[in-house]
Amino acid sequence: MGERALLVELADGAAAEAFHAELLRRRAAGALPGVREIVPAARTVLLDGVPEPARLAAELPGWEPGPRHARVGGVVEVPVRYDGPDLAEVAARWGVSPAEAVRIHSSAEFRVAFCGFAPGFGYLTGLGARYEVPRRATPRTAVPAGAVALAGPYTGVYPRSSPGGWQLIGTTDAVLWDTAREPAALLSPGTRVRFTPAAAPSAGTGAGR
Amino acid sequence: MNDRAVTVVRAGALTTVQDLGRPGYAHLGVPRSGALDPAAARLANRLVGNDEGAALLETTVNGCALRPRSAVTVAVGGAPCAVRADGRPLPWGTAARVPAGALLEVGPAVRGLRAYVAIGGGIAVDPVLGSRSTDLLSGLGPAPLADGAVLPLGAAAAARGSVDAPPWPGPPDELVLRVRLGPRDDWFTGGALRALTTRAYLVSPASNRIGLRLDGPALRRARPGELPSEGMVLGAVQVPPDGRPVVFLADHPTTGGYPVVAVVREADLGAAAQAVPGTPVRFVTAP
Repeated sequence: MGERALLVELADGAAAEAFHAELLRRRAAGALPGVREIVPAARTVLLDGVPEPARLAAELPGWEPGPRHARVGGVVEVPVRYDGPDLAEVAARWGVSPAEAVRIHSSAEFRVAFCGFAPGFGYLTGLGARYEVPRRATPRTAVPAGAVALAGPYTGVYPRSSPGGWQLIGTTDAVLWDTAREPAALLSPGTRVRFTPAAAPSAGTGAGR
Repeated sequence: MNDRAVTVVRAGALTTVQDLGRPGYAHLGVPRSGALDPAAARLANRLVGNDEGAALLETTVNGCALRPRSAVTVAVGGAPCAVRADGRPLPWGTAARVPAGALLEVGPAVRGLRAYVAIGGGIAVDPVLGSRSTDLLSGLGPAPLADGAVLPLGAAAAARGSVDAPPWPGPPDELVLRVRLGPRDDWFTGGALRALTTRAYLVSPASNRIGLRLDGPALRRARPGELPSEGMVLGAVQVPPDGRPVVFLADHPTTGGYPVVAVVREADLGAAAQAVPGTPVRFVTAP
């Protein structure tokens, strides 16, 4: 892809995840000098800033998959008030009650497959294929920051107010993106996530911003 | 604030702070950003003795006007334009001294689109993720300049950089973009690929820091359906459903779901950033 990039296409999301983990392992070991960006996506991993793309491409088929090492870092818990305007519609698509939809969503373990759309916006997988939902036919012109939303196989949290076509099921006070914080992104590719039901805040409280 | 600062008297159509951007965060959805014509930005910085990666101003179409609070060294490059201090002409494309309190006027681009205004010491706004660049896609970095805004300056280098006879390639009458096909050229018909590399396109007025939009023959797809989101690179020629190609510039999104038919050589993108609407564009395949 271009002069100094490689777009590696994998069989599916799980293979892309494993390949991405292997790339990070090799980069940490100093085996990918010069590579500036490693960008996982739905079924691909992009490497940009590759000094000799043709040579790296030729090497890839010979890579032995690394050991499935235990993931460092724990699970990020994101408290959610399941009060989204599309919760009832999502529950209906799933053929369950809204309460059951909340139970399904909050008992799954998610993983950030990739980021995009906006800084700190992660595409999280973790629900079974039967829980996929379409985007809304008409996107909303403004989705509030902290909205927890579903589209296709993914769950996402809007880091800031923006237009959006995802189905809104809840709200979190967690700060997804803060450039004054290190790291700025709460969620980055590979992060494991659980959504925990939070009670609606009583009047006068709530996270300060 | 001390006197190492400039006041914005006339912000112009769109003037932003830029440096060489914030690469390395694409996996978090953060665009690279940075000066659209990096060769011009680097040269302007060198002329005033700055590090090549110092923050400077990138104007669009009609320049800007500034009033430095202390005497500064300034170089204006990129798009050729008239430069004046309190009405007196200053040379374009070389370093010049501007006295404290004088009005520095950077006029409309005579050719090209974007002028670079480097000031000794650089623009010293707070960096975000290692860069002072304004990213218009995601809103990172300082806001575009507004009339009356005050920009802090860094400490100027003691000695001016030595630059002799710097080359300033003029903006092109015809923009020739060397491309390598792929990664998704197989999503397009043979006719579309021939059209891309043989027909004339024109720079659309809808172009911006995110992408150079083109008017011309629509590229037909050989297959329907959607491409799962994948990583995008600088210079990617993305083809949305209307078939009109868009060449991704510095503020491009890091992932996208429209197929990329080809990628433009990075060395050609500075000229792309200077191409005014209506400029003819030709894509040529290069190894």
